Formats: sequence, structure tokens, C-alpha cells
Amino acid sequence: MADVRLSGWGWRHAGRSAHALRGLDLDIRSGERVLLLGASGAGKSTLLHSLAGLTGPDGAISGEQEGTLLVDGRPADRGRGLVGLVSQDPESQLVMARAGDDVAFGLENLGVEPARIWPRVAHALDAVGFPYGPRHSTGALSGGEKQRLVVAGALAMRPRLLLLDEPTANLDPDGAALVRGVLRNLLAETEATLVLVEHRVAEVVDLVDRVVVLEPGGGVTADGPPGEVFARHGSELAERGVWVPGHEPAPHVDPAPGGAPVLAAEGLSARTPVQLGARGGRRRTVLEGVHAEVRAGTATALVGANGSGKSTLLTLLAGLDRPHRGAVVPRGALAEADRRPLARWPAQRLARHVGTVFQHAEDQFVTASVREELRFGPLRAGLPAAEAEARVDELLQRLRLDTLADVHPYTLSGGEKRRLSVATALGSGPSRAPAVLALDEPTFGQDTRTWSELVDLLAALRSGGSAVVMATHDLLLQRHLTDTRIRVGGGGVRVDEGRTA
Amino acid sequence: MNAHRGDTLTLDVPEDAGARHLLTRFNPAAKLLAALVLALGLVPAADPVTGAVVLAVVLAVVPVSGVDRHTLLVLGVPFLLMGGSTLVVNLLYGDQGADGALGAAVRVLAIALPGLLAAVSSDPTDLADGLVQRLRMPERPAMGILAALRLVPLLADQWRTITLARRARGISAGGNPIRAVALFFGRLFSLLVRSIRTGTLLATAMDARAFGTGPRTRARVSRWGRGDTLLVAAAPALLAAAYAISHSAGTLVLLWT
Repeated sequence: MADVRLSGWGWRHAGRSAHALRGLDLDIRSGERVLLLGASGAGKSTLLHSLAGLTGPDGAISGEQEGTLLVDGRPADRGRGLVGLVSQDPESQLVMARAGDDVAFGLENLGVEPARIWPRVAHALDAVGFPYGPRHSTGALSGGEKQRLVVAGALAMRPRLLLLDEPTANLDPDGAALVRGVLRNLLAETEATLVLVEHRVAEVVDLVDRVVVLEPGGGVTADGPPGEVFARHGSELAERGVWVPGHEPAPHVDPAPGGAPVLAAEGLSARTPVQLGARGGRRRTVLEGVHAEVRAGTATALVGANGSGKSTLLTLLAGLDRPHRGAVVPRGALAEADRRPLARWPAQRLARHVGTVFQHAEDQFVTASVREELRFGPLRAGLPAAEAEARVDELLQRLRLDTLADVHPYTLSGGEKRRLSVATALGSGPSRAPAVLALDEPTFGQDTRTWSELVDLLAALRSGGSAVVMATHDLLLQRHLTDTRIRVGGGGVRVDEGRTA
Repeated sequence: MNAHRGDTLTLDVPEDAGARHLLTRFNPAAKLLAALVLALGLVPAADPVTGAVVLAVVLAVVPVSGVDRHTLLVLGVPFLLMGGSTLVVNLLYGDQGADGALGAAVRVLAIALPGLLAAVSSDPTDLADGLVQRLRMPERPAMGILAALRLVPLLADQWRTITLARRARGISAGGNPIRAVALFFGRLFSLLVRSIRTGTLLATAMDARAFGTGPRTRARVSRWGRGDTLLVAAAPALLAAAYAISHSAGTLVLLWT
């Protein structure tokens, strides 16, 4: 439907010296289905936001534009039903408390006659297979259901250009498959032009008929039908961090040495936290009487759908929170530090022996520079300043952060933040590795380079005798680095020993 | 529109709600307006009787307000504390004696309760609709507040995560109250950073759906029935009755006398 024309186009975010994109020449014909690829930081999301008209003078994103960007021959115009945008995080895209109202929101903004709004809402909800009625609370939906609702909201506006920015990145495998199924059906019906950004290429490659590769700070480096682009540029793209079908990273990891148990969950029960607000609903039991063991020199994957309680279990195993009933107790060498349940350890002692990497890296940053962030743990652990400094330098080298030592952690890229967050979780132990390292979705949203570095690092820790525990949806990570799989769901767990595929 | 059975509604009110949900059937704007009239009308009355009459009538509405016991408990405790502390402070430091102190306490409660009931017995979306369509409140801030309300539970989750993350980094107050306060503000700052990020994303998503690009239409009609008019009219009537009762009992004291 809508065609897109960019010539000599570039964008620089306010307050940055380098352009996110520059010298971009690209024509997208009406009805084409385009997959945008590029290493992280190549400006893919920026381009989508500009196509959605969000970067103009009245737009939400400020910066400086050069060249021309035309949608249907006119400068990209915010809203007015031309463009529909679906981004990664469903949580920050839903506006209203009730599902139907949320889909209606865009139609109200377009000035659609009230009598026509509800039939269009019903049709859009139907088209995405939304399983509840229009009065269903948006707060009570799973991630996959929320994202389907977001798609319905964009669809109801009948866009001529549909922009999808990693629409399944935040979802568990089941939720992601659901949303991809919905998109597949929709694209078969609509004639809208599609521009899609997605890291995991293999899962969407059949949805598109053209692949465009962007260069960070530059323009288009490859363009053509998927088969052709991947045949000609596949290995080069993979090297730059893009997930290319048939070029997935294949890390060589040392086998797990194994060892004695370091942690044991004994009759663990947990409930959802108290919800804010008078109508927050009751506390729900997510874990009930869970028994499990974590062994030194092994990697344990906690798997299960979103909301199944695997993050809760991870938090408890890391000693960060008190369970409702039962306890996580140290075993073997770890029990020599303190025999009490982990939840009762003082924070400083816990940080010396058990490291935790949070899903959002920013959550765990407590200082204003990368160097201070790495120094924080060792200094608090009582290391002499010179020794702490040597440890920091070593970590900076090892995680390729040495050129960024004085940068504020919040300004790092996604991959750099992830590396730093892992480094801070390593740094405070008496040896150079924690007895247990707990990670929540560590590979989430990472390109292949950061992914491989992470696997190497975790494998090295495991070889050194640390216990690695990770809550993860990532099947490739499970294939390469999992000795024990704990499946969480329905309040209980099922433990699979041995390497799983 | 029909409510689908078995759905989780934002406010658990069946369409054919009985007497227990009487208050939820009024337009939220009418409830808020009535509460405002009562609050303003009670300002001049310094004696306990006028306020007590209004308070008694409003308390009688509580059983039919549709507000569940859990909410009443959560909100009732600070509410009674507010009244109690007003009483004590005025007893100790006021110059009106015991009567004046009791009057101040009753008045505070009688002013606060109607607004509280109006708020908790209304669905936020219906309240925003009522304010915009019936009381002509500007639409942009109303929609903005509504969207922000949706983020409150998210904020609570983020607060929890930040608290756990501090423990993971080995940070704790260790029983030192001054350190605890400093750490609290550190966490608050982290939360602020996170919530600004979330808010920006939400604003971008709203813009991408053409918010603020021109005149809007309204999918939902905020209905105003005869009952709503009666409710708003009942507020000054109740005030008049309260003042009359207090006057005839000889207890009426006005603030400026």
C-alpha cells in the first residue's frame, strides 16, 4: 500500500556527536515485506521511529535529520492512520485498563465516528485471536496476550505501512510463537507494506520477501531477496553479530567438571508480592514445596513460561529474598562461610559468594562510571586498593570494556551493559569467581558476539568450579551450556539431569 | 457492550448489581461533584454536630458503596488515624477546648470520606470519561493520568527488583538508620530513572497511535441519568439539613464567629 523513499537520509540523536544513520538510500515499493538487519547500534529502531513520524519537529524523539524521507510521497506524518508501529515491550505500549478501550484508543485519536469504533475493535480483536472479551483487564494478560493486543491496536487503525520492532523479543517461546502465528495470518490478508526488525532471523524469514542490511552510522550494505543476501553475505553478517540462519554461533565449551552440591532448596514455597492498589487481587502461590539441588561446576537452567515462577526461584536460590516457607541452604564449601539459610546472610557476605545478574542491567548499577562499578565489589570485600585496581583492569580487558572505563554505565549499549553487569557479579568474591552465579535471561536481546562471549565466560566459570544458575528461554544457550534443567510450572518443578537439547 | 462472563473486569461489578453496589452505578463525575460540594460546604462549620450529621449519612452509604472489605480495611486505618491525630493535636494545642477539637476531627473525616468513597467506588477509566465528557476537563492530561495509572503496578515491580539488586551488590543498611535513609533515596533515584524511561516509551507508543494529532472522538459515552442529578442535588440538601439540625440544637458554631 504505502511506498517509502529515503535519499541521503541521516539521523543524529540529540546530544550525540555520531550519526545513528547516514547517507541512507532506500526505496520500498508498496506492499513489499522488508526485514531490516544490522549489528546492534546500526540504527534500525531509529529508522522505524522515523518512518512512524516520531522524529519530526513535533515528534517524541528529538534530534537532527538530513536528507529526505518520504512515505507515500510526503514527509512521514505522525499517526493519521498511515502507519502502525509495534515495539518490543508490550508493557509500555498498552494505554488503557480494558482491552477493548485500548484498541479503541487509536481509533479515537484518528477521529473515527463512535458508531464505527466498536465493530472495528471487535474485528481487530478477532483477527489476532484475542481469547477474552473487550472488557478484560489489560493488567491480567500474559506477555504474549498483551503483545497480541498491541498488534490489534495497530491493526484497527488500518495502517498502510506496518512497522514491527522486534515484536517477539520480550516473550517466552510459546508467546513468541503465538504472536508470529498471528502476524503470519495477518500478512496473508492485508496488503500493507511491512518493515520488520528482528534479531532471530530464522523465525521470521518466511514472512518477508526482501532483506536490507544497515551499517552502523552508514547506509545500506546489502539488499535483496533473503536467500540471495544470506548466501552472499551470511558469514560476514554473522561475524558482525547478526543472527543468520545456518550461521548460529557454535561455541567450543569445556565439559562440566561437576562437583558436590553448594545449594539446596528445601520445601520452598513462594507467593506473588503484594500488589499495589485496592483492587490488586490476592497473592498467588507460584512455588509450592520445591526441592532442588545446585552442584558446583555445573550449569543449571530454570525454564518455563513467563509467570511460571522461574525468576522467583532464581531470586530465592541467589539468597536475595525470603521464601514464604522452606529455605535455601548452603552446602559443602559454601556452608563454611555461613551455615544459615542464604536469605539470612548479611548482604555483604552474600555478595562475596553469590553473584546475581539481573535481566535489566541498569537495575544493578550503583555508581557513575564503569571503573567505579567494577571497583565497588572488591573494595567492599576488603581488598587493598592496589589489588582491587589490578582486578578492575583485568576485568576491563577480559570483557572488552577498557576503552569505556570512565563512561557512565547507563550510556553503554545493550551488549556492553550486559558484559558490565556480569563483570560486577564476578568481582567481589574472595577467589576471582563466585561460588554461585545466578543470571536472569542473560542472553536476552543480545547479538551473536555478546552471546558467544557470555557462553565462553560462563563455561570458563563452570570449569573453574562455580555453579551457574540461569533462568532462560534461550534454547541455543540451553543446548550449549546446560547440565541440569529445572522446569518450573504449576507451582512445582521437574528436574532433568544430564545435558538436554 | 456486553460484559463477557468469566472475564477479569477492571472493577468487579456485574451489570445487574444489587443494592450492595448502589454507589458504583452513579456517574463518577456526579459522585466527585457531590463530594466536592460536601467538602466545601463543611468548611465553615466548626462544631461537631454539623459534621457529625454529614458523616453519619455518608457512613450509612458505605455498605452500599460496593467497596469490598479488604479495601475498606486498607483505607480505613489511615482514615481513622487522620481523625484521631486531628483530635489529639487540637486537644493539646487548640484554643477551642474539647468541643472545638472534636469538631475539627469530625469535620476532617466528614470532608475526606465522601471524596474517598467517590474515588474507590469508581473505575478509573469511567472517572476519566466522566471528568472529560461531563465536567469538561481537558482531555490530554486526563488521558495522560489514566495511562500513568496503568504503570503503577509496574512501578511496584521495579521497586522490588531494585531492592533485590542492592542486596545482590552487597549493599545494606546493617541496622544503621542514617544509612537506611541514604540507601532509600538511592533506590528512589534508580526507580525515577526507570520510570522516566518507561514513561517515555509509553508516550512514544501513544504518539505512534496518533495521540494528539487532531480532534478525538469518544468510543465510550459517559452516561448521566436522573439519579446522577439527584445525587448532586442531594449534597446541598444534606448540608442544609445538617446546618439546620445543628442550629436548632443550639450547637452551631461558624468558623468566623
